[in-house]
Amino acid sequence: MSLTLDPNIHDPDDFYQELLEAHEHLSKAESDALNARLILILANHIGDREVLRAALVAAK
Amino acid sequence: MVATRYETVFDLYPYARVAGQSGPVQRHPVVIVGGGPVGLALALDLGQRGTPALVLDDHEGAGLGSKAICFAKRTLDIATRLGAGQKMVDKGVVWNVGKVFHGQGKIFEFNLLPEDGHLNPAFINLQQPYFEKSLFEAIETAQANGAPIEIRGRNQVTGVTQQEDLVTIEVDTPEGLYRLDADWLIACDGARSPTREMLGLSFEGRVFEDNFLIADVKMKADFPTERWFWFEPPFEGAGQSALLHKQPDDIWRIDFQLGWEIDREREMEPERIRSRVDAMLSSQSGTVPEYDLEWTSIYTFQCRRMQRFRHGRVLFAGDSAHQVSPFGARGANSGVQDAENLAWKLDLVCKGISDQALLDSYAAEREHAADENILNSTRATDFMTPKTEISQIFRNAVLDLAARASFARPLVNSGRLSVPSVYDGFPLFGEDALQGPAVSRPGAPCPDAPVGDGFLLGNLTGGFTLLALGEIAVEPVRLEAIETRLLHLTDLSPELRARYMGSSLGAIYLIRPDQHVVARWPAFDAAAIERALITATGETLV
Ligand SMILES: Cc1cc2nc3c(=O)[nH]c(=O)nc-3n(C[C@H](O)[C@H](O)[C@H](O)COP(=O)(O)OP(=O)(O)OC[C@H]3O[C@@H](n4cnc5c(N)ncnc54)[C@H](O)[C@@H]3O)c2cc1C
Repeated sequence: MSLTLDPNIHDPDDFYQELLEAHEHLSKAESDALNARLILILANHIGDREVLRAALVAAK
Repeated sequence: MVATRYETVFDLYPYARVAGQSGPVQRHPVVIVGGGPVGLALALDLGQRGTPALVLDDHEGAGLGSKAICFAKRTLDIATRLGAGQKMVDKGVVWNVGKVFHGQGKIFEFNLLPEDGHLNPAFINLQQPYFEKSLFEAIETAQANGAPIEIRGRNQVTGVTQQEDLVTIEVDTPEGLYRLDADWLIACDGARSPTREMLGLSFEGRVFEDNFLIADVKMKADFPTERWFWFEPPFEGAGQSALLHKQPDDIWRIDFQLGWEIDREREMEPERIRSRVDAMLSSQSGTVPEYDLEWTSIYTFQCRRMQRFRHGRVLFAGDSAHQVSPFGARGANSGVQDAENLAWKLDLVCKGISDQALLDSYAAEREHAADENILNSTRATDFMTPKTEISQIFRNAVLDLAARASFARPLVNSGRLSVPSVYDGFPLFGEDALQGPAVSRPGAPCPDAPVGDGFLLGNLTGGFTLLALGEIAVEPVRLEAIETRLLHLTDLSPELRARYMGSSLGAIYLIRPDQHVVARWPAFDAAAIERALITATGETLV
């Protein structure tokens, strides 16, 4: 598997709203912590080190 | 005059005058500076192979204070080969349950259920002085059997000069200075290595800006034999992390990570230490058991190594060559592996069987191992003391998640316990024609497995071994002065099959004297084995 940078999320506006809602009413520190947890959860779900490495590069 | 830098707890080798102090200068094949765990292991290994080893130590025995407490399986396997392992395991504490806390709460618990079919446990907790004493007693036994080992206490090396074909050593004693010469000098003189200083060699790396308070307490009360580790401990003034770990004799090791800006003198006040220890001990049960402070100390840690472990006729082993933070217990454990890597090579060189170029492979293999150990202990230290805001955020996210999801637990790093290096891809190793299990691939230390009433590693002693497994044809192989002992096993335990054969019906392994696999094949091929032996001795046979 390689990293997908093409659209892959069904109903993107909906997802984006959910993402922001998850951060509502959080302090900066709480939001940072949430993001970190989210990244770790997603990274584990992906698992594939090649994909993760490509994602780190793509995000830079 | 020889200064006393520390108190000794076991007096093992009291100063005694020797002829060489007044007569003509004597020349020794191998002089080892330092009788710590590494120097003693090296002397024992060399002596058992018949190469004379002279150890010079500026004290008369094992230093007070536990220092190292965790000794890993590979170290115990080496000690067993040297005849010192049983006593260590008998005396040591084997533990399985570990608990990891973050602040008030326990985030998870693990059980190190050991893999079956090994003589030695995954590791034991044992005070370093006991470890050294066991090695010393094995040296006495070897000496009684004729092994040419000598230890001189209160012999402080004060000068080292290297010439083309010898090393000149100046030694101070309670009765004044004397000189001796050595073909080889092995510096096992610890992290502050005077030998390294005298030769003007550098020791670069990273200093961790942190202080650790170490308290060994003797507790009379019952307390579970578990390892407890806290990130951001809730008890007052405990610092960034804390550790509680059991040792023999009802002693518990307690560590507090105090940070960088501290008043050392104040932190060493017994009342202050006691208030920290009280808070830790009562955090789980609400009560403080009765205890005594046995030994306390404050440390800072560094991760660094010498650029090269060999400098002509002077070689460095143990802490003199590399230093790691203690998370993962990689100091003494890796130092003992240095000793075992060096011993057989030095033996071949001293006996004139191999050219001295073989010793370069010691440096290359163990420099690689040091890098691995430094990498591991640096990562643990960085996890425990996040250096930036974002690394703190990720670290705490890992800890939060670990409490609720198993996936995050392997990311929690309070030290990765010492495992031996695999010398993958190093020039002294040969082919993997068997394509067998990865644990026993060329470069790897042989995994143990049951054999008859005993274990495999107990059979891999002396020089090179040709291990034949299964009903296959095999003949002894001999290459010039390198004898290869043939060990043919046909009654194979399931563990032996799983760890060495995979799906193959037969297997041939060539194994080094330090129990690392050189090469392996599905069937006997004398020419291939001879080639592998030449490779294994670095093409240095003379
Ligand atoms: C708090 C703490 C906890 C640790 N925990 C662990 C652990 O759990 N597991 C682990 O594996 N490691 C651990 N270590 C590391 C371990 O203690 C060292 O790696 C180990 O002692 C190194 O052994 P060595 O023989 O190389 O050197 P040392 O033990 O330092 O021995 C050097 C010897 O050389 C002698 N010497 C020095 N200068 C001279 C001279 N000029 N002439 C003659 N003799 C000299 C010294 O007196 C000493 O006897 C810990 C260390 C500390 C400080």
